[in-house]
Amino acid sequence: MRVVLAEDLFLLRDGLVNLLRAHGFEIVAAVESGPELLKALLDERPEVAVVDVRLPPTFTDEGLQAALTARRAIPGLPILVLSQHVEQLYARELLADGTGGVGYLLKDRVFNSEQFIDAVRRVASGGTAMDPDVIAKLLASNARNEPLGKLTPREREVLELMAEGRSNAAIAQRLFLSESAVGKHTANIFTKLDLAASDDDNRRVLAVLAYLNGTR
Amino acid sequence: MVLRTAVGFGRGLVYIPLVALHLVTLTLAAVAFLLTFGLGMVFLGPAGVRLVRRQAGLARRLAHAWSGVDIATPYRPSPPPPMPQRDGWYRDGRQLYRTPRIPSFNRTWNWMYRDPATWRDYAWLATEPLVGGLLVLSPLLTAGLGAVLVYTWRPMQAVTGIVLVIAGVLLAPRMVRVHALWTRLLLAPTHRARLTNEMRHLSQVHTEVVDSQAAELRRIERDLHDGAQARLVAIGMTLGAAEELLESDPQAARALIAKVREASAASLVELRQLVRGIHPPVLAERGLGDAVRALALDSPLKVAVSVDLPTRPDAPVESAAYFVISELLVNASRHGDARNVEVDISHRRTALRITVTDDGHGGADPSRGSGLRGIERRVAAFDGVLALHSPAGGPTVATVEFPHALGPDASCGSTLPKWKNTLMGICWGLFWLPLFPQGLVPLFFKIFGVDERSWFLALYMPEAFQWPVILGMIALGICMIAFAVRASSEVRERDVEPNT
Repeated sequence: MRVVLAEDLFLLRDGLVNLLRAHGFEIVAAVESGPELLKALLDERPEVAVVDVRLPPTFTDEGLQAALTARRAIPGLPILVLSQHVEQLYARELLADGTGGVGYLLKDRVFNSEQFIDAVRRVASGGTAMDPDVIAKLLASNARNEPLGKLTPREREVLELMAEGRSNAAIAQRLFLSESAVGKHTANIFTKLDLAASDDDNRRVLAVLAYLNGTR
Repeated sequence: MVLRTAVGFGRGLVYIPLVALHLVTLTLAAVAFLLTFGLGMVFLGPAGVRLVRRQAGLARRLAHAWSGVDIATPYRPSPPPPMPQRDGWYRDGRQLYRTPRIPSFNRTWNWMYRDPATWRDYAWLATEPLVGGLLVLSPLLTAGLGAVLVYTWRPMQAVTGIVLVIAGVLLAPRMVRVHALWTRLLLAPTHRARLTNEMRHLSQVHTEVVDSQAAELRRIERDLHDGAQARLVAIGMTLGAAEELLESDPQAARALIAKVREASAASLVELRQLVRGIHPPVLAERGLGDAVRALALDSPLKVAVSVDLPTRPDAPVESAAYFVISELLVNASRHGDARNVEVDISHRRTALRITVTDDGHGGADPSRGSGLRGIERRVAAFDGVLALHSPAGGPTVATVEFPHALGPDASCGSTLPKWKNTLMGICWGLFWLPLFPQGLVPLFFKIFGVDERSWFLALYMPEAFQWPVILGMIALGICMIAFAVRASSEVRERDVEPNT
């Protein structure tokens, strides 16, 4: 799988290159600044890009801006954004076009290579990968939201994992449940939140995120 | 128009008892001054000064209320009461006193008589009856004279009388304003006094900023020392142990390495929180507007944010503004029980203005909440102000304004050239001389054929020159007033718009 990588710290870039290569990805470009990234994204059209938010030359949100610009030019271009901190604001912007194929993770998540690679693959296949911190913040700011209060604790757990972008199978594995049990929980959640049910994993996740973002 | 003129004329009338009151004050103050410095009855000094200050304060308030001319109080802040030493005695210079009375008196004395504003007050008090009184009362006198003339019922004089009455009535409101400008000249703080006050304020703010910065640095140091640093030490030690175990017990080594990974993740979380407290990343990346939007999203309250900023404010102001808003949001949810909050960030010329309105139960009071005191301190460091309106039952509206946050800080000050300043003083002080005794009075003498020359210059002239001299004198007087008014309002404009 062809990957574009943008990270300004040499050590981290090198580590990511090694990690991704070890899992069978092909690094077509490993860049270290915003303009280079945008050019690489538009020229190479990678199957997935892993991008740091803060990049030279301005060290503001160059990486995020480049990613958003590229996605406007190539709708659905899968991009996984990494950052030292996660913000609901940025998550909203990434999810705004509603097409999926986006990820937004804390850099710490790289520590667990298995889950990180899983997230990269998920984003590449048009799914989403949202950091648990983002989801926790989303749920916290929705705390006074009436329908959310009606969920059982188990349904809440399922909702959290679903919002992170995981498939039913993955949720079942994480919570030690059968896949059909998870299916039942998700059906309940959709009824309680008054969302249109869908069989497609990705579309379901996007519906949940849109609901939590209040942009439904 | 008619109403305004009537009101202005009425105000002019009010000055009649005011001038009388002023004369009483002048007499009392002069007596107190003479007794104080002539007979050494020093205890009368402060009372005299207080009397003068009260009269001056009245004039300032009138100038503001009637003419919209703002005159700041120029006095230095009053001294704090003397504090006893550890042994219970009061120290004043090299003397010790048993009671605070004498040290307190000395402080008051120095505070009053070392302040140039006091002497300017006296100067004003002495000149006001002549200059100020003439300014406001001249239209009234003109109108009064006109009325008397009308009463004579001789056609020529009656017409003149009517003209005079109209002129007097129309002039009265203008002269009230001119009087306010004259008051400003002596009673407003001088450039120097303003700078001195500003400097005193700045040095106080500076001390507070340095203190709070030092405290902040200590907190960061402690957080790093107890948190990330300690964890890194632990990580190093654990890695060392794992290295030793690698050969003999790979299983245990693997467990240790997993622990190291956890520890490093935990220290990252800690560092992230620390960074957020020092300078929030979104603020660095996106600026105030988006940082506040991010804050709004994270808040459990429903927060509506509107931002209208032409440019990014300076980084320190931006950071202060961010933390102020953050603190206000926390207050709204924690103490005010609010559900909805509106944050409005706007600008007025180069000032940054933030308004936070919540629908909580109100009753916030800066004197009780340490959080609000903290906000005031933070804001004061940038010359800003916090205005809080929080009636019991809500809603609470907190407004913070940072002046000069969005632009170059052009130093303010009324800097007329010196010659202009002097000329302005002369014009204010002497305009009455050509206008009245040498102008209007001989004019009347001439019209009514009064056979009296007194000290009226024009009447000593040969017949042919009398009229031109009279008219010239009146014109000179009017020109002097006009110049004085223009120069005064020039000073005023420079004060109001220091950045243009």
